[in-house]
Amino acid sequence: MITTPSTPSATAPDPGATGGGGSRPGLARLRGRVFSSSSPAWIFLVLVVIVAVFSVIKPHQFLSSFDIKSIFINASVDLVMAVGMTFVIVTAGIDLSVGSVLVFSGVVAVKVMEALASGATAVSAGWGVILVGLLAGMAAGAAWGVAQGAVIAKAKVPPFIVTLGGFGAALGLSQVLTNGVDASDVPAKLGNTIGNGSLGPFPWLVIIALVVAVIGAGVLQSTRFGRYTFAIGSNAEGARRTGINVDRHLLKVYAVVGLLSGLAGDLSLAHFTTTTLASHNNDNLTVITAVILGGTSLFGGVGSMFGTVVGVLIPVVLDAGLVIVGVQTFWQGVAVGVVLVLAVYADQLRRKNNSRR
Amino acid sequence: MTQTASDTAPAGAPSGTPLLQLEGIRKRFGAVEVLRGVDLTLRSGQVTALVGDNGAGKSTLIKAVAGIYTIDDGRMLWEGRHVTVHNPKDAAALGIEVVYQDLALADNLDVVQNMFLGRERRRGLLLDEDSMEKSAGETLASLQVTTVRSVRQPVASLSGGQRQSVAVAKAVMWNSKLVILDEPTAALGVSQTRQVLDLVKRLGERGLAVLIVSHNLNDVFEVADRIAVLRLGEMVADVARGDVDSQSVVELMTTGRSDRLTADGPAPTSSAASREDA
Ligand SMILES: Nc1ncnc2c1ncn2[C@@H]1O[C@H](COP(=O)(O)OP(=O)(O)O)[C@@H](O)[C@H]1O
Ligand SMILES: [Mg+2]
Repeated sequence: MITTPSTPSATAPDPGATGGGGSRPGLARLRGRVFSSSSPAWIFLVLVVIVAVFSVIKPHQFLSSFDIKSIFINASVDLVMAVGMTFVIVTAGIDLSVGSVLVFSGVVAVKVMEALASGATAVSAGWGVILVGLLAGMAAGAAWGVAQGAVIAKAKVPPFIVTLGGFGAALGLSQVLTNGVDASDVPAKLGNTIGNGSLGPFPWLVIIALVVAVIGAGVLQSTRFGRYTFAIGSNAEGARRTGINVDRHLLKVYAVVGLLSGLAGDLSLAHFTTTTLASHNNDNLTVITAVILGGTSLFGGVGSMFGTVVGVLIPVVLDAGLVIVGVQTFWQGVAVGVVLVLAVYADQLRRKNNSRR
Repeated sequence: MTQTASDTAPAGAPSGTPLLQLEGIRKRFGAVEVLRGVDLTLRSGQVTALVGDNGAGKSTLIKAVAGIYTIDDGRMLWEGRHVTVHNPKDAAALGIEVVYQDLALADNLDVVQNMFLGRERRRGLLLDEDSMEKSAGETLASLQVTTVRSVRQPVASLSGGQRQSVAVAKAVMWNSKLVILDEPTAALGVSQTRQVLDLVKRLGERGLAVLIVSHNLNDVFEVADRIAVLRLGEMVADVARGDVDSQSVVELMTTGRSDRLTADGPAPTSSAASREDA
């Protein structure tokens, strides 16, 4: 028989398989399952161990409700951004602009409240003004996200560059709008309720952040939007050939992270009752670190909201724990850095393991 | 030179309206004309093999039919009606499904998620996972794909043959009428190739029209009812399997003609005008 040579292909042949479904694939499947689910489960274990260690060393202080509360409050603004970042990173994208968009949205919110309030400042503004201001903040964040998404999806400029540009531009615009001076005339009603108040024992900030995370988890796992997010991160060209409008979906994903950065801006404004212009230059790295720690793959296609929640908590818990134990908190940075690199290394091993099949 | 088997009563060509007729399809990329007036007729229940050397234009032809490339010239008739396909959704709406050479599966998604990708079933806003899982399992079973043990395992954990089987099953889930496979066995070992070829035969037996691109003439002669030979963007032959042997197919692929075919073949006539003369 005459056989022309077959073309080499991207998919490696499986030399060992004889029946197509012998014992090797069974083993491989098991290994695949352990690897693919290892990151979030493993990182959750890390969190549990950290909590356990600090609890044993200083049982009364660490588990006191004050610390738990402050841990969660510190984590909630980051968590809101991290929910959006999870979607972005699952598409194999990145958003470096989140901290600046947070600031920009807060500034827009305050400026709108000032404009609508009766007096010279917005400090004594009522709920109507507050609500419009908060919505304006979110709209500003969403609009920023749409603009970045459009450049990424349509003009095909890499997200790293687009959002790096956005990072500088959003902060710069915020400074232009405020002349570089923090606006602190935040309505007292806002600061006393959403910002620093509680519903029973639960701080409003924490409730809002958890609601966002739960909704985010549902959308990511159980809707078409989430499914397409995974599909694009896994194989964008394949998704396109199945008829998914990849460009439009990417635009929506960047709009979502923008919207959530806007919400984070509102929350931050409410909590600190000032625009905190100078305090968010590292938010992007904090949030990306949290998402990656939580097992979301920087290469796209893999991720979970549960992991992201855990990933946000780890640095914050470490911080609080080290303070209580009396160790310099600088060690937090060291520990998180090491764990982050290990997490990505494990992810690379997993990918190599998969592509060898 | 175009050699075409007689349209009247060729072996392996059932009568009835053809499912898909391509007439004079042209496609150029920049200065290079990759498809130079290609004719091809596909019928339901018939497996047609599209063969040709590397770079002959096979993948380009498939992508044109699938709506990934728009054609520069030529006509597409679907069940006798003139149609234009602008994108993969148009093709899917007609009942055309393609299994691409570089498998269009998402590694990180599981078998069910891949089979329903882009066409997920929902209950309200949420995905109806149970119903999709059930249908995916049924489709795989109906195609006798038994080696995929769990439809909830990620595609990355499957062997090459299993992946191809999933890709093919994905293609037949949608009441498709024409399934196109681009080099489905190129990356596979012997037994995995066996699985996929059996699957291709079953598609034909189900009454689907199948167009399979392959380099491997063993495979072609095993599954195909008809063999179409593309050379440098031109269709140089479209013949029933029984009318050729592999040596003449190789001659057609490399030189564009085969004396053996004209001399010994029972059916071929030179009814279609040679493009070099035109
Ligand atoms: N997108 C493209 N842009 C430019 N040239 C292309 C493109 N796709 C294919 N070609 C060229 O068209 C010719 C036919 O390619 P292809 O259809 O892939 O051949 P085959 O599948 O028969 O091996 C080749 O010379 C290839 O380089
Ligand atoms: Mg090809």
